[in-house]
Amino acid sequence: MNAAAAVDLVYREARLIDEKRFDEWYELYSEDALYWMPLTRDQPLGEMQTSLYYEDKLLLKVRIERLRHPNAFSQAQPSFSQHVLQQPAVESGEPGSGQCVLRTPFVYVEAQLDRQLMLAGVAYHHLLLVGGEWKIRMKKIELLNRDAALPSIELLL
Amino acid sequence: MNRYASDPAAIRGLIRPDSVHRDVYLDPELFELEMTRLWRRAWIYVGHDSQVPLAGDFYSTQIGREPVIMVRGADSQVRVLPNRCSHKGTKLVSAAHGKCQGGLLRCPYHGWTYRLDGTLRSVPLKSGYVGVDSDAEGPLRGLPEINSFNYRGFVFARLARDGLGFHEFFGDSVSSMDNMVDRSPQGRLEVAGGVLRYLHDCNWKTYVENLNDAMHPMVAHESSAGTAKRLWGSQADDAPRPMVIEQFTPFVNDYDFFEKMGVRVYPNGHSYTGVNFSIHSQYSSVGEYERRMVAAYGEDRAKAILSEARHNTVYYPSLTIKGAIQTIRVARPLAADKTVIESWTFRLVGAPDEMLAQTATYSRLINSPTSMVGHDDLHCYRAIQEGLASASSDWVSQHRNFSPDFIGTFGATNEAPMRGQYQAWADLMTRDETAAP
Repeated sequence: MNAAAAVDLVYREARLIDEKRFDEWYELYSEDALYWMPLTRDQPLGEMQTSLYYEDKLLLKVRIERLRHPNAFSQAQPSFSQHVLQQPAVESGEPGSGQCVLRTPFVYVEAQLDRQLMLAGVAYHHLLLVGGEWKIRMKKIELLNRDAALPSIELLL
Repeated sequence: MNRYASDPAAIRGLIRPDSVHRDVYLDPELFELEMTRLWRRAWIYVGHDSQVPLAGDFYSTQIGREPVIMVRGADSQVRVLPNRCSHKGTKLVSAAHGKCQGGLLRCPYHGWTYRLDGTLRSVPLKSGYVGVDSDAEGPLRGLPEINSFNYRGFVFARLARDGLGFHEFFGDSVSSMDNMVDRSPQGRLEVAGGVLRYLHDCNWKTYVENLNDAMHPMVAHESSAGTAKRLWGSQADDAPRPMVIEQFTPFVNDYDFFEKMGVRVYPNGHSYTGVNFSIHSQYSSVGEYERRMVAAYGEDRAKAILSEARHNTVYYPSLTIKGAIQTIRVARPLAADKTVIESWTFRLVGAPDEMLAQTATYSRLINSPTSMVGHDDLHCYRAIQEGLASASSDWVSQHRNFSPDFIGTFGATNEAPMRGQYQAWADLMTRDETAAP
């Protein structure tokens, strides 16, 4: 039961981003959550290394509020995203214990009119059961080409 | 089209005292000439010597179009060599950085080897080259060392054999590098924290101009920095401000703030904003760091170093630095409409870890391909690249606070630094050319 709900959460999270339901998406994260996309391979947690994303709920709030701002010029022509997820699998922990990490390989496509960017990688969702409900405590995204010269990534993976 | 290669007067005609012709940003021929002239004649930032700490360590990059290797020799000197085998032209190293096996550069194709100073060491079956000259044009020439200069760790190179010397080219603008290095209690920087590489679909010069453009932050960054400021605004006045809020909010300071921070313009396209103060001046102090600075330099000198909080210094054409937050950005042009901006971060050797965390955080927030600030900057650069396709005018304005003198100190909203950049551009593009007969 808990395991199925955890897997559902991973799918639901991607869908909420793709449907731009950012307020609902934001609520999936615990108050102390971290949304992290490292810049290098085998990068330790923390701020001694630059990351592509290393965002607490305050920064995530800034990000989703900015996307709605009338003067978010880079979104004057809006971007849209599509996640394609492989079946999430339990990587560590035990869903029955209320704490687990799910591993989900993904393809992420971001389109803005005639431009389209395709990225791939593996997402790790660190989940915690809070009051009978799974929350994302940390999402770590290991981007396949994180050492490439990347164009703007405007939305959320 | 070959309109400019043999016509230096036509190139000079693209630059007026108060405006620039749009071809300067758009024309592929001018881009090619920039690569073969300007980027060869200017001192280009290659890398930092802390990237190659030991003999045999190398870092490979490009100067304009040309692949180069920065390598530390057995004598511990850092040299810049062409990354091109003198035999068939094969790039000798392909990794971004690494260690030369056995203290030699070895070609992956036919196994020619070179010492770390570029001299040829061995050629398989060398008897096949009996009678071949080892002169500069021949295959046995080795790797001709490129003129380079290591300024307190920052390694620059000039591909052209002749030209302005390092100090002649940069003049007193090196004071910004001095301040960045002096911020280390040991007077030393180390590359740390990873490099962000952000692909920009714009001309490299648009990026460089923006670094001393004090009229755009409050407009372009309203949606990001303004939102951060608004969201934090509901907190109590004495609530401790998170680092990200400290770093974001000054971007939406008013015109008066940006005007008064001041800009200083030097010859050859170099300049810096933040003569009097900058967006970096009001960061919370880190007590342990200040204690170590005072211990290293004494109270007065430490205070003088830390109160100098310059905004962006442009080392035309390739390097822009933020000494006050220990980040640098390097422009690597790929085409008239394509540029990679690399953001490197540095550890102040001898400073507490917190300082590097501050540096890495800033670079992520502002310079990353995921940066909300960067997105709107790049949007504007791209919009310039696309907008200039309009022939409604050939000219791009640099009229703001115009006066014929662009060297000196001005209010920071003055466009003098841009005017200085384009005078340097015209000079570097034509200085060794004479009109076709």
